Amino acid sequence: MTIGAHQLSLHKAGRCLLDVPHLNLPAGQVHALLGPNGAGKSTLLKALSGLERTVAAQVVLHGRSLDQWDILALAAHRALLEQDHRVPFDFHVTDIVRMGRYPHGARPHPREVDLVSNCLQQAGALHLLHRRYDQLSGGEKARVQLARVLAQIEVSPDDHAARWLLLDEPTAALDLAHQHAVMRLLREVAAQGVGVLVVLHDLNLAAAYADQVLVMNDGRIDAQGPCARVLQPELVARIWGVVCERVGLGQGWLAFS
Amino acid sequence: MSALASRWPRPAMPSNKVMGLLGVLTLLGCVLLAISQGAYGLLIANWHQGGAEVFWHIRAPRVLMGVVAGMALGVSGALIQGLFRNPLADPGLIGVSSGAALGAGLMIVVGWPWLGARAGPWALMVAAFAGALLVTALTWRLARREGQVQITRLLLVGIAINAGAGSALGLLSHLADDEQLRSLTFWLLGSLGGSQWPAVSVCALVVALALSLPLWHPAQARALNVLSLGDTSAQMLGVNVQAVQRVCLVCVALSVGAVTALVGMVAFVGLLAPHAVRLLAGPDHRVVIPGSALIGACLVLLADTGARTLVAPAELPLGVLTGFIGAPAFVLMLHRRAALA
Repeated sequence: MTIGAHQLSLHKAGRCLLDVPHLNLPAGQVHALLGPNGAGKSTLLKALSGLERTVAAQVVLHGRSLDQWDILALAAHRALLEQDHRVPFDFHVTDIVRMGRYPHGARPHPREVDLVSNCLQQAGALHLLHRRYDQLSGGEKARVQLARVLAQIEVSPDDHAARWLLLDEPTAALDLAHQHAVMRLLREVAAQGVGVLVVLHDLNLAAAYADQVLVMNDGRIDAQGPCARVLQPELVARIWGVVCERVGLGQGWLAFS
Repeated sequence: MSALASRWPRPAMPSNKVMGLLGVLTLLGCVLLAISQGAYGLLIANWHQGGAEVFWHIRAPRVLMGVVAGMALGVSGALIQGLFRNPLADPGLIGVSSGAALGAGLMIVVGWPWLGARAGPWALMVAAFAGALLVTALTWRLARREGQVQITRLLLVGIAINAGAGSALGLLSHLADDEQLRSLTFWLLGSLGGSQWPAVSVCALVVALALSLPLWHPAQARALNVLSLGDTSAQMLGVNVQAVQRVCLVCVALSVGAVTALVGMVAFVGLLAPHAVRLLAGPDHRVVIPGSALIGACLVLLADTGARTLVAPAELPLGVLTGFIGAPAFVLMLHRRAALA
């Protein structure tokens, strides 16, 4: 039920992009991936999702390395939500969400008809049901794409393999209310047994919703563990070079100066 | 419709089956129009006074060639636009049209006695077809890097190859004598005239084979839909992006190559037909691909009918008419799109 990597190392043009000797993430939890720009967060996400073909053999999902997975079976069990949401033609919102069902063509869900509307409702975008996708705002498009990846990993009830949601800054285009709504949704999805790995820039958002954080720097995982233990002012100063202090509100927030 | 979704009723749209039927009927209308109009007005009445001759030897092969050309160009336009994720893309981007032109130009101006002796009247068509395939293969080969083709790279290489072929064609025009220059110019403007059954049958067969996959297998169309989300998103959804690219390129190269070899350069059909289908029936490639075949065929037949009748008994080149019809039609469509948005 885990996603992991062993001796994951990626170099391009002489630069070390990734150097992760060992990684093991259990499903059913929200893992936040934090780090400064250029730390390798998106690269690690791409490697774990199988986009980086050169290191596919070093990534393991359910005990099988990614290069041994059938491409459609893999697509049914892990989804990657990237940041670019542009689509060239005038598809409708329902068309976009239905594209998420592409890997399931051979094994449709018993409630396939309801899936689109259910996923849109989970993502807070049901009111966009019959709108044209290219006429939506950036935040609305982001929510429709979230509904699309939720639809992608919706498997039949008899399929017990754990699924993974990999998200690259899903809160980037969203307003304050929707940022928290999306994080709450990710917690609900994790509670259903899905593994969630999400790249975030907001440390407080990570502290409030994630089960554990991974802090990356220069292609390496510098620290990993529960937020309360890892997100200390000394680490923040060392990794990001920003001075902060812990403020005892709720789960222990950080106030920046 | 789920209980949740029924709170937001879908705006009414004519079903795809109705649109499909209308498309087929329109095509039949265009075929009848094309058969009956021309320098020799063909009616049931004069069937026995030479009408049958005109029908079988001149009109029928010409109309069939028009349908085949329109379908090939329409479907190829839809495939290329899906592949490049851009509604402004045109089959010529991958070098197939300029390759055919270069092949034909070389045959007309420089000549190749070996081929001329073996192929006879077919020599020019063979040279153009070979040129189309070779230039497209070159474009494809140059766009490959680490075994993968990135669409932006394919676009840039296509632009460079087209520019190179254009320059070569310019040089050939410069070297040509008057008669060769006239032949080349007319070839470049495109015409359905001189369509004979042997050549038309072979071309129809090649096009039917090349288009059999995209037209009859919805899997390719579904994959192109998902490709709209981007190469990486499509890959993550389980689409074999490289395979889809290869199939599209092979279908386009074979069908457009064969048609251009027989008919010459026909502008605009590949660009216009998919646009028209999207405006009428939405962007789903399962509808756009067959729809583009129907509309492309109608366009070419209408343009050819105009070519034969407007300055009868002389003939205008086909490429001129597709441009005359295509340009204002395109502007109108863009205007209507903006009004709908």
